[in-house]
Amino acid sequence: MSQITNILVCGVGGQGVMTATEILAEAAISLAFDVKKTEVAGMSQRGGVVTSHLRFGRVVLSPQIVPGEADLLIGFESAEALRWSHMLKPGGVALVNSGRIVPPVVNLGLFDYPEDPVAKMRALGLTVHAFDATTIATDLGNIRLGNTVMLGACADHLPFPAQVLRDAVLARFGTRKPHLVEANRQAFEAGRQAVGGDALAA
Amino acid sequence: MPVTQTVPAAARMFLSGNDAVARAVWEAGTRVAAAYPGTPSTEILEVLSRYPDLHTEWSVNEKVSMEVALGASMVGARAFCAMKHVGLNVASDALMTMTVTGTEGGLVIAVADDVGMSSSQNEQDSRYWGRFAHVPVLEPADSHEAYAMTLAAFELSERLKSPVILRLTTRICHVKGVVQTGERIEIEPAGFVKDPRHWVMVPGNAKPRLPSMFVREAAARAEAEISPLNFQVDGSDRRIGFVASGPTFMHVREAFPDAPVFKLGLSCPPPLESLRRFAGTVDSVLVVEETEPLLETEMKAAGIACHGKDVLPRIGELAPDVLEPAVRRLRGEVVPEPEHVPAQQVFPRPPTMCVACPHLGVYYTLSQMRNVIISGDIGCYTLGAGHPWNALDSCISMGASMGTALGMDKGRGKVDENKKVVAVIGDSTFMHMGMQGLLDITWNRGNVTVLLLDNRAVGMTGGQDNPGTGRDIHGEETPRVDFAKLCEALGVKSERIRVVDPYELPVLFKALREETKIEEPSVIITNRPCVLIDHYQPAKSYTVIEDRCTGCGNCVEVGCPAIHVTRRDKAVKASGKEVDLSFVRIETSACTGCGLCVQPCAPEAIVHADPVQSVQSVQFVRK
Ligand code: SF4
Ligand code: SF4
Repeated sequence: MSQITNILVCGVGGQGVMTATEILAEAAISLAFDVKKTEVAGMSQRGGVVTSHLRFGRVVLSPQIVPGEADLLIGFESAEALRWSHMLKPGGVALVNSGRIVPPVVNLGLFDYPEDPVAKMRALGLTVHAFDATTIATDLGNIRLGNTVMLGACADHLPFPAQVLRDAVLARFGTRKPHLVEANRQAFEAGRQAVGGDALAA
Repeated sequence: MPVTQTVPAAARMFLSGNDAVARAVWEAGTRVAAAYPGTPSTEILEVLSRYPDLHTEWSVNEKVSMEVALGASMVGARAFCAMKHVGLNVASDALMTMTVTGTEGGLVIAVADDVGMSSSQNEQDSRYWGRFAHVPVLEPADSHEAYAMTLAAFELSERLKSPVILRLTTRICHVKGVVQTGERIEIEPAGFVKDPRHWVMVPGNAKPRLPSMFVREAAARAEAEISPLNFQVDGSDRRIGFVASGPTFMHVREAFPDAPVFKLGLSCPPPLESLRRFAGTVDSVLVVEETEPLLETEMKAAGIACHGKDVLPRIGELAPDVLEPAVRRLRGEVVPEPEHVPAQQVFPRPPTMCVACPHLGVYYTLSQMRNVIISGDIGCYTLGAGHPWNALDSCISMGASMGTALGMDKGRGKVDENKKVVAVIGDSTFMHMGMQGLLDITWNRGNVTVLLLDNRAVGMTGGQDNPGTGRDIHGEETPRVDFAKLCEALGVKSERIRVVDPYELPVLFKALREETKIEEPSVIITNRPCVLIDHYQPAKSYTVIEDRCTGCGNCVEVGCPAIHVTRRDKAVKASGKEVDLSFVRIETSACTGCGLCVQPCAPEAIVHADPVQSVQSVQFVRK
């Protein structure tokens, strides 16, 4: 089943994890892949844990990624990326927003937030590209651009050209929120450059 | 505001199972579709409501939605209702008679089981209802099948004159896949045929109809043996032959691509003869079903040897990571250690109430009260059971807080004599099943204080409308229930009904203290809208003046996710007692200025983000 690409996107309810996965799915569909996408457990809309599984290939059967088989882990929040590290396959790549979202249980002093989740992931032997997507988005004027920054960062780690993903991002905003197209283009590029990618031609 | 009714043309679409069912219901020419929102089934009706040419509605509960569908079927129209698994328990009374009358226009009941319990109070296998009611059950395995089987279900229903259950699970409802859709067909209803012996289920009419259920069951069984919905996938590795239904089929194919599989789409009644033949072609049979060993038991009773729950878990999903090791063990193989990194222990991140949720004040207040027993219910306010409030002592099912509270009141012994019994319920839940419980409380003179949290929405499922919002599924205006009058009609004295603002903590606290003191039924209605609906108006946000913050942590106890602890410390009081201090910051961009956290802050450290404006000081009574 090696022709299937497995992408696990994780984060916290309200961050736009589902939308980002949806856009990745749209990119894969535009290339005529068979695609399945599922969310896993948790009352995700209320600040809980969100994971979205995306699988595409010639034929996709189960929608779920088996632990240890994700090619790519896209972590919208650093502790969540650490939580789902075991989903990565040996040699897989993690793209992590180093920003933190601290839940009430930690605020109440009932649990600790891990010291440095990214360092911990690296110590486990994982390949991690970490960058502060939250700050990049805020600097571009809107914290909500964070998921486009994340998508930009993963654009060079997909089995298809980065251009295809960027088109999917812009197509979505082009129809729903045309005034945000330019901001999203910038956010996408900023994400790519944050992990060392070259600028795409406009 | 009328909805825009644009229907995407027939195409290759990327749809969730819920979207796919909705699309097929519409294409099938259905005229009436009803539901009460419930995860994971909610989106079916939400999507359907945007289609033209059919009546869609939120019903007050699942039983009513099923009755509405049956009525439409009686006049010859195709009809549909949807619910989550626990909803079918509510609707079962209608179902168990509907199975005797049978149906006219095709009638499909979509039931979504929450396998893995993402957001439900129990995990139950609705396939049992098919056996109990003697109605066929179809089990799709992905979005494409959900679409195709919905269409097939209408035809089967009309062929057999029986309701048909379309059994979904979370992993169907919320999984997206590629579906090839078609166009709507128009079907003109044949019209109602007056026939009391058919439709009036008094014993004299119902008794002669009972055998029809078994005639129908035999026909369905014959159909199952030849139905293309039940098929076999050949495989070269004949050590284990799998029998699978629903999404487990995909998992089996994924984990064991070379094994033969018998897939059941029309799984009730099961095609036992076909299964017997299949068993004869493999060394052993493993039945993979979520969640109960239903097929397994039926096969064993028919004398077909098989494995099932002896090697597979009886609870939760049977995804490849569960299947693989179980099957290896069955084959007597050693299960190797995984090569990837082990799962990491990270703090839990339970769901929380929204920033400024009107329920925050209610639970904060309840958490400050001593000597109360709090009977809870199903909805966003169930989250009051979590931190920091820990303010629920029970939660059973929709509307059960009322009856449970009455039982607690009547059943309590000496130890609980001085406690106050409080029942908490939301507006929609109250109309779904709570009203009857309140009637029982007044009728039987229960000493219960009811907190009716009217946030004008079905909050938990995403803010749908109900008779208390004054809008229907399309957002169009309808009469709005007056909760105070309704409670009065149910027997609560008018002076024992209060409407309070849940953001006014002192008022709320006082009302609760007074009403729980009086030994008769009382109702406190809170009147602020859910923050997720359009009617919610955010106000100016707040910030914390660092120098004034003493670290008392009172505001953290309110539980608003916009409040963050920046630093912890310890201090020794004059009494020598050590106290924990938490210094805070408010996420200004998230804060909607509800003012809740301002009230318990004694040093007035929380002020409007705009420094010109000073805060009104509000005295909060702490017990
Ligand atoms: S959805 Fe509405 S009711 Fe539910 S927690 Fe949020 S604000 Fe409160
Ligand atoms: S005022 Fe306080 S409780 Fe209300 S939204 Fe802002 S931070 Fe939350």
